[in-house]
Amino acid sequence: MPERYPGYDVLAKRATPSWNEPTRRVIDARLSIPNEPRFFTMQEWETLTAICDRIVPQPKDRAPVPIAALVDRKMTNDERDGYRQASMPKMQQAWQRGLAALDAAARASHGAPFHAIAAVKQDVLLKAMQNGELSGPEWNGMPAHTFFSERLAHDILAAYYSHSSSWNEIGFGGPASPRGYVRMNFNRRDSWEAVEAKPGHEAAARKANERVG
Amino acid sequence: MLDEALHSPRGKDGRAPDPLRVGGWMPMRQYGENDEVDFAIVGTGAGGGTLACKLAEAGFSVVGFDAGAWWRPLEEFASDETHQEKLFWTDERICDGDNPLKLGSNNSGKAIGGSTVHFAMVSLRFRPEWLKSRSLLGYGADWPLDWREMWRYYTEVEQALKIAGPVNYPWGPPRPRYPYRAHELNAAALVLAKGCEAMGIPWSETPLATVSAPRGRSPPCVYRGFCVSGCSTNAKQSALITWIPRAVKAGAEIRDLAMAGRIETNDAGYVTGVHYYREGQWRFQRARNVVVAGYAIETPRLLLSSANSQFPDGLANSSGLVGKNLMAQTNQAAWGVMEDEIRWYKGPPSLAVTEHWNYTDTGKDFFGGYAYMSQGPLPRAWVSSLAGNRGLWGDALLRAMEKYNHQAGLKIVGEVLPQERNRVALADEKDRYGLPIARVTYSLCDNDKALVKHALNFMSQSLSVVGARDIWTESDDTCHLNGTARMGDDPRTSVVNADCRSWDIPNLWVCDGSVFPTVGGVNPSLTIQAIACRTADRIRAMAAQGSL
Ligand SMILES: Cc1cc2nc3c(=O)[nH]c(=O)nc-3n(C[C@H](O)[C@H](O)[C@H](O)COP(=O)(O)OP(=O)(O)OC[C@H]3O[C@@H](n4cnc5c(N)ncnc54)[C@H](O)[C@@H]3O)c2cc1C
Ligand code: SF4
Repeated sequence: MPERYPGYDVLAKRATPSWNEPTRRVIDARLSIPNEPRFFTMQEWETLTAICDRIVPQPKDRAPVPIAALVDRKMTNDERDGYRQASMPKMQQAWQRGLAALDAAARASHGAPFHAIAAVKQDVLLKAMQNGELSGPEWNGMPAHTFFSERLAHDILAAYYSHSSSWNEIGFGGPASPRGYVRMNFNRRDSWEAVEAKPGHEAAARKANERVG
Repeated sequence: MLDEALHSPRGKDGRAPDPLRVGGWMPMRQYGENDEVDFAIVGTGAGGGTLACKLAEAGFSVVGFDAGAWWRPLEEFASDETHQEKLFWTDERICDGDNPLKLGSNNSGKAIGGSTVHFAMVSLRFRPEWLKSRSLLGYGADWPLDWREMWRYYTEVEQALKIAGPVNYPWGPPRPRYPYRAHELNAAALVLAKGCEAMGIPWSETPLATVSAPRGRSPPCVYRGFCVSGCSTNAKQSALITWIPRAVKAGAEIRDLAMAGRIETNDAGYVTGVHYYREGQWRFQRARNVVVAGYAIETPRLLLSSANSQFPDGLANSSGLVGKNLMAQTNQAAWGVMEDEIRWYKGPPSLAVTEHWNYTDTGKDFFGGYAYMSQGPLPRAWVSSLAGNRGLWGDALLRAMEKYNHQAGLKIVGEVLPQERNRVALADEKDRYGLPIARVTYSLCDNDKALVKHALNFMSQSLSVVGARDIWTESDDTCHLNGTARMGDDPRTSVVNADCRSWDIPNLWVCDGSVFPTVGGVNPSLTIQAIACRTADRIRAMAAQGSL
């Protein structure tokens, strides 16, 4: 998949009027978290990291977003959503139980922990979880499909799309206070927004994106 | 980080934060807990904040309580969806029913200013007939209010917030011109406008509570698009920067990080004040009147958990209706990909609206109406729609996300019918204050589903006629919460009367989204504020007659 916004980097705007001081502090802290668990055990962490690689397969040519660490920090700080379905345990327990149950499913069908089986087999198990086809005592009544949608995919994707690398990928303008935007109509771009590469014009887009700021 | 306001209260020692200045303070009157104040108001959002202001300006002694923090947006709001979750009510709630609600960021705020700190600013009036929907349209329940009177209070609120809106509004009885000119449309809004024109229905610029020209210390909106994460420029006319500073100036005291846990009653069956938790301990404020304004979940929760031997089913609950008839408006969408670049992250999310299906009664196989608006979800909100509704992950998800800047969408605010089975009750689980948490049960009825089906069909067509591709519909989303302490004419079938006064306990009031008997197809906050203005006028009149 060729990049749609080659060379665009939201962070190039860090020192411009698109970023205010609170935003710099918040994003700087997020971009510097160590890629290691604080909440999850090593075994849980290996499973979680493997899941993140399947839910968001990241390009090889840039530093990966530490998705698992971002999810881990949400658990460490017990940052809840404000609600849970009656069939679900609280956030931290849901994750612990779900990771153990997925690992158990991998061991039962492939004789190896989830992180050690092939990617295609991991996908089959994740799909089965999403469809609610996994069950057993490890789940302790928690519906697999609810865990998948309300916790697993929900938390992993929220973590990924809170990181500036994901914003570059989709051409999102990123932080925008106090400068905001001026050009609002169809196909209008402020000079501090990403340039989209039309097929065959990637090099020109890259050059233009290097001037965004 | 940037969360000092969450840890120690700021409204104390005779001063309060001035949200319009960096590091600013304003003097604030302070009452003793033994002073029997005229009004203790729980919640400082659209309902409570407005009422606190109006009552203080009328000369009553007022103390407002809010569980949330007192922010200074200029220095404490980041342009970041994740960080700004600090504005939401994220204490646990349990959801069940056929359509369990998704709460948190989606519905309710916890801050001085309530949910208006992160609301999307859409400021619409009710269609007049909705106030008598049972008699005139054959469904729901009648309100004990007259639309002509409401029309005057709408005007008052539109002036107070300097709503930016169109010169002529296409629907309903004439209304005065909006105080500020409408905002420029972004491409996402133009997709709505073109679609409406192709489908032969009117559309309008959305009346919005963000200024289009300078107002005092509010600069005009800069179109940064983070509105539902809080406005860091103060262009947004939230209760935090409008009603609350006015209230403080008029002599109200507002206490932040103050969680009300129980309302006290005496042997005569009157309320005497509020127990609240602040700075590590439970305290008690004496008051001649208590107003509950915690929004449609926390209001019934507080009334129910204040049950005592005299009122074993909770306060104001002789009708058995406290917590019942919860209405979460439907919020379904049609999404499509345009050839053009849209870049919907620019500008307030809903710059264009059509109320056609609110004001048209033919061609519908359901009761009620809906408005639909253009959309501009930021990446986290957008991925949650894509993954949540279409189950996408892996490469398929990344490919869909890549079309972000070409995406356009239309989303309804849909009327739902009041149903007693949709309710807020108390769960066994306790929160960090030791109070029972809310259990929220929600199921759509056939009429709600028929409305959604009609809307999705119409909006999909309207996207298709302007050239959108890959159209898909989001069928599982809800937004504003209302009901749970409805107003009415009859103590057997309502909790409060037209003045928001409870039938059972004459000095206990409810003034927020909970009092709605029906919801209509528009966002509720303008109506909540108009009702609060009316309630204040009624209280002033009753006090003058000695009937308070
Ligand atoms: C993302 C989003 C977008 C929205 N967009 C719009 C829009 O565009 N237009 C519109 O009209 N509406 C919108 N709304 C809805 C609107 O914000 C609410 O309907 C409105 O604010 C409700 O007013 P309220 O007074 O009932 O409650 P709120 O404004 O929520 O205020 C309730 C306050 O009470 C406090 N509280 C509750 N219980 C207690 C207690 N026990 N002790 C102390 N304090 C307590 C809470 O902390 C909160 O601050 C939106 C909401 C959200 C979440
Ligand atoms: S778009 Fe306007 S109202 Fe919304 S956050 Fe930005 S400045 Fe505030």
